[in-house]
Amino acid sequence: MSDIVAPVAPPAPASNALRATLRAFNTNKASWIGLAIFLIVVAAAILAPLIAPHDPLDQDVLDRLKPPSAEHLLGTDYYGRDTFSRLLYGARVSLVIGIVSTLIAMAAGTLIGMLAGWRGGRFDTITMQIMDMLLAFPSLILGLIIVAMLGPSIENIIAAIALTSVPPFARIARAPTIAVKGRDFVEACRSLGFSDTRILSVHILPNIFPEILVMGSLWLANAIRTEASLAFIGLGLKPPTPTWGGMIREGFENILDSAWLAIAPGVAILIVIFALNLLGDGLRDAVDPKLKNEA
Amino acid sequence: MTAFLIRRIGFAFVTLFAVLTLVFVIVRIVPGDPAQVILGDQASREAIEAMHERLGLNKPIVTQYAEFLGNAVKGDWGVSMVSGRPVMAEVLNVLPWTIELTVVSLIIGVVLGVPLGVWAAVRRNRFFDYAARIASLLGLSFPAFVSAIILLFLFAIEVHWFPVISARSGSLAAWTQSITLPAINLGLISAAYITRVTRSAMLEVLSEDYVRTARAKGVPARSVVWRHALRNALIPIITVVGLYLSILIGNSVLTEIVFSRPGLGKLIVGALNQRDYTMLQGMMVIYTLAVVVVNLLVDIAYGFVDPRVKLG
Repeated sequence: MSDIVAPVAPPAPASNALRATLRAFNTNKASWIGLAIFLIVVAAAILAPLIAPHDPLDQDVLDRLKPPSAEHLLGTDYYGRDTFSRLLYGARVSLVIGIVSTLIAMAAGTLIGMLAGWRGGRFDTITMQIMDMLLAFPSLILGLIIVAMLGPSIENIIAAIALTSVPPFARIARAPTIAVKGRDFVEACRSLGFSDTRILSVHILPNIFPEILVMGSLWLANAIRTEASLAFIGLGLKPPTPTWGGMIREGFENILDSAWLAIAPGVAILIVIFALNLLGDGLRDAVDPKLKNEA
Repeated sequence: MTAFLIRRIGFAFVTLFAVLTLVFVIVRIVPGDPAQVILGDQASREAIEAMHERLGLNKPIVTQYAEFLGNAVKGDWGVSMVSGRPVMAEVLNVLPWTIELTVVSLIIGVVLGVPLGVWAAVRRNRFFDYAARIASLLGLSFPAFVSAIILLFLFAIEVHWFPVISARSGSLAAWTQSITLPAINLGLISAAYITRVTRSAMLEVLSEDYVRTARAKGVPARSVVWRHALRNALIPIITVVGLYLSILIGNSVLTEIVFSRPGLGKLIVGALNQRDYTMLQGMMVIYTLAVVVVNLLVDIAYGFVDPRVKLG
């Protein structure tokens, strides 16, 4: 699949490509809904200290495992902590880890893909084969092993998730680079004595940027899911820091009598991922109508 | 076909070799002395020396590497640091559980996903298409452990249709009882992926000239869709199902944990919690082997579906 070179539109100024994308995006209701939900979650996470009715770490042994009520919207956990407040603070962890690791993967993957496409030859073959191997290996297992070995600190979790998300960005950056490389305007740039760095960053990057952004939103969803999965397995940030995956892990122990403890954060994760997928799906249709809804 | 296969098998070996090397390096750069980890902080110097001897950690690194590769090829992956049993035996012990679960859920995924995708493509931009697209997007948004917990809560706790711990075997009834919920969980998520890729592959194919030709010469609509078009859409479907396997493996780990089902997932989590390095090494090898074998099967499937691949 990596050998398929997609036809690339003439290298219009970046602002045009972006404007066309925005216009197409405008007409897609589902992606607006996705964007709106995601922004609400981001706002809730940022404003957590203002919105949260309780301190997320405040324990109250007399109020343990209480079902949802007016005082505790989503009930309390085993230590009597307010689930709704923990959910709000947990959003911060999910979003920070998800966004930072996706940005790192985006930057690294794009750089690798563009270099591989640009330099070609053996460098290209070897790099992309490494990417294919990385892509084929179950990312959760790889993340699990890295975090387990290095310890569940925020840096290690971000590094593990970023590493497993690099290959798709490398792939998506490579094909258009190859396609653009052979075009006359690149030849012209070269004969004008422009450096490779300048050609790549000024003349090629803007053309592939919309596609990378689409991948970014889809892989952000994936990164958030991976973080939650790691935390559920027990490789999340150490308690008492609230994380969604960690809350599900703790809630799961009381599933028989207090199911909401596991289900509330589960639904929260589902909503964020679904919103990002709606957004990414709509963006993809906008960027490349031909690729409509490819999995 | 033969040349093609030989090249793919060669690539598979390179991958396997690369991963084995990576495993060897990772396990050795991990902070902390494995011998110390196994024996605990109170261990005497002599005991640690003896453990080094037993694990082969006192030999030169190159010798260790050669022995590691040699043993891996022979199927000797050492003994579990925790249980003392051979890693290979422990893995083989639970492997059937995981394979069974993966195969059954893939079948559910294909049986649901392919027809849904085809129907959605045929009814493009009509109600059924929208419903299928939203449903499949929702399906692939589910973290596997969240959907598993919801299924467990609904059908094992609220309604007692299935056991909370899915580890029964022996009779067919027990087997069905214990595999149903985990397989449905993984199967529905797989179906979501397969529906999407089938739909987009079919849309691509349905606009091709040969489909129009088939229609023009009076081939029944049903036959155009299911024989002419679907057969040509199979290549991208197989590709995605192959790639999906790596996600499925991750999801099966989470599913096995929620349903307390024996399998590789429970084994690897146990090994992680107990810092059982030899077990982890063995698990990495088995996962890589699984991925390599599936990629090979996918390549072979290409050959069956599309005779042109044989020339490649």
